Amino acid sequence: MYNLTGVIGLLKEIRIHGRGGQGSVTASEFLAEAAFADGLYAQAFPMFGSERHGAPVTAYTRISDKPIRLRSQIYEPDCLIIQDASLFSGNDLLEGLKDGGLVVINTPLPASGFGIPERFKVVTIAATDLALDMVGKPIINTIMVGAFAAASGEIHMDALAKSVRERYPGELGEKEVVAMQEAFDRVKGVRT
Amino acid sequence: MKQIMEGSRAVAETVALCRPKVVCAYPITPQTHIVEDLARIITDGRLDAGYVLADSEFTAASVVLGASATGARAYTATSSQGLLLMTEVMFNIAGMRLPVVMTVANRAVSAPINIWNDQQDSMSLRDCGWIQMYAEDVQEACDMHVQAFAVAEKLNIPVMVCMDGFILTHATEPVDLPDADQVDEWLAPFKPKFYLTTSDPITLGSMAGPDAYMEIRLLLHQAMQEASSAIESEAERFEKAFERRQGGMLDVYQARDADVLLVSMGSLLGTMKDAVDELREEGHKVGIVKVRTVRPFPRTHLHDALSGARAVGVIEKDISLGLEGILCSEIRSAFCGAAVTPNISSFVVGLGGRDVRKEHIREIALGLLKDDTCRVEIPGIDHEVLWSAHEIENEGV
Repeated sequence: MYNLTGVIGLLKEIRIHGRGGQGSVTASEFLAEAAFADGLYAQAFPMFGSERHGAPVTAYTRISDKPIRLRSQIYEPDCLIIQDASLFSGNDLLEGLKDGGLVVINTPLPASGFGIPERFKVVTIAATDLALDMVGKPIINTIMVGAFAAASGEIHMDALAKSVRERYPGELGEKEVVAMQEAFDRVKGVRT
Repeated sequence: MKQIMEGSRAVAETVALCRPKVVCAYPITPQTHIVEDLARIITDGRLDAGYVLADSEFTAASVVLGASATGARAYTATSSQGLLLMTEVMFNIAGMRLPVVMTVANRAVSAPINIWNDQQDSMSLRDCGWIQMYAEDVQEACDMHVQAFAVAEKLNIPVMVCMDGFILTHATEPVDLPDADQVDEWLAPFKPKFYLTTSDPITLGSMAGPDAYMEIRLLLHQAMQEASSAIESEAERFEKAFERRQGGMLDVYQARDADVLLVSMGSLLGTMKDAVDELREEGHKVGIVKVRTVRPFPRTHLHDALSGARAVGVIEKDISLGLEGILCSEIRSAFCGAAVTPNISSFVVGLGGRDVRKEHIREIALGLLKDDTCRVEIPGIDHEVLWSAHEIENEGV
């Protein structure tokens, strides 16, 4: 299992690529909140273009067992979350990804279709289909962090669910949590 | 209680704990979340205050001026062009000795239009008579606001708390917010000696001719110079109550035996501390002086902190066009007439949101260790972009 915070004092860095409106910034915050709930230090921050729907957005999460002082963007991430596979065209999304790094992609296609070198670990999830199916809206960020939690092994689902419920109170949040758990289970291989 | 939240929300929650009676602002990126959150807090009934949505920053500043003159604790926040539009009123607020507190979510100024972070906006207003503090992280930004109200009202001088736009305003990180009782106990209600009231009419901000203007300006200048002792004492009082040292004029980090000292303000300090830890591990004697309060200028503090170094690199996100980084010029002035002066160099970085990495700080420090000649550098320029901009300037598109 990929170990997110296995080494004492080691900083783990996650970069999220998405488009405006896909909740990439919120996803980065969910991860930070969940890590914090597990007693770790965390920092999430966005790099906006000029905010508009559809434009590429990058968001970042740092997780550590020590206070985080570093404020620069993330150039050598341990993990990537790709919320929109169409961003692969024309962008080097894998840039700087550490050897052995994890890539989680929102796509109904198999991982082999993306030509990702073998030194990286790839996990795919058809998040948009799953969201439309289970939530009735194309809200994919919760599903992507659920898949990420399963693949990375260190973010706890109860902590994530708490953050999601706070952000989306009521029925929507409950549907989100169920869909997120489904994504987790699919990546874990519990369900296919 | 330690929580994790966005910097803007943490600041809004903290400002609410300080119980302003009037909040007035005009939204501008990246300040927006702060005033949106405050509006929500007031609408939810968690803060008994009037929220005035202004039609411009000029109005916002004018409304808080008026509110403060009537004896109400008043707060506003802005960024960049918004701050520049407030300029005339900023001088008036200070000249009338009104203890308004403002957050500046630091952002580059136009042109070219740019929404990202640097500190040109607040640094351009350093001479308007406001105390200026710069926060390194979200925790410090919050704690500075509590102290800002106390300092402002003790001295009748307005305070600007500067926090880097996006880098801090939009960062989600752990923060220990004080609880309401604690703040109520620490921060006395605002009770000004003079204020506008119909029952006892007075005039504030009347005309002063050549016979009195200089004396009144001198009083403000002296009050600013003496403000450092109040800033230090409030920081000590804060530390006793909240068990965090989060104020005062400046701080040092790994500075004791340093050959090279790097000076900066705001969120850059965090990245710099990581870089300096690495350099120390490699055996390089590099340290940091963090300027927390830019006005009043910590001249003697800086003189004492920097005297032992061979070279000083002032790393800042602003520039006095045609000269150098603004803070650098000011630090040079701290050594006027001194027997021993370190070589002081200016490094202008991070304008308009250009990312500053640990590697950039390392390069500056290692460069100064190798060659301590006084210089002005603007590192990290993309020469292809520079060339095409130059072409367009000369030949049109």
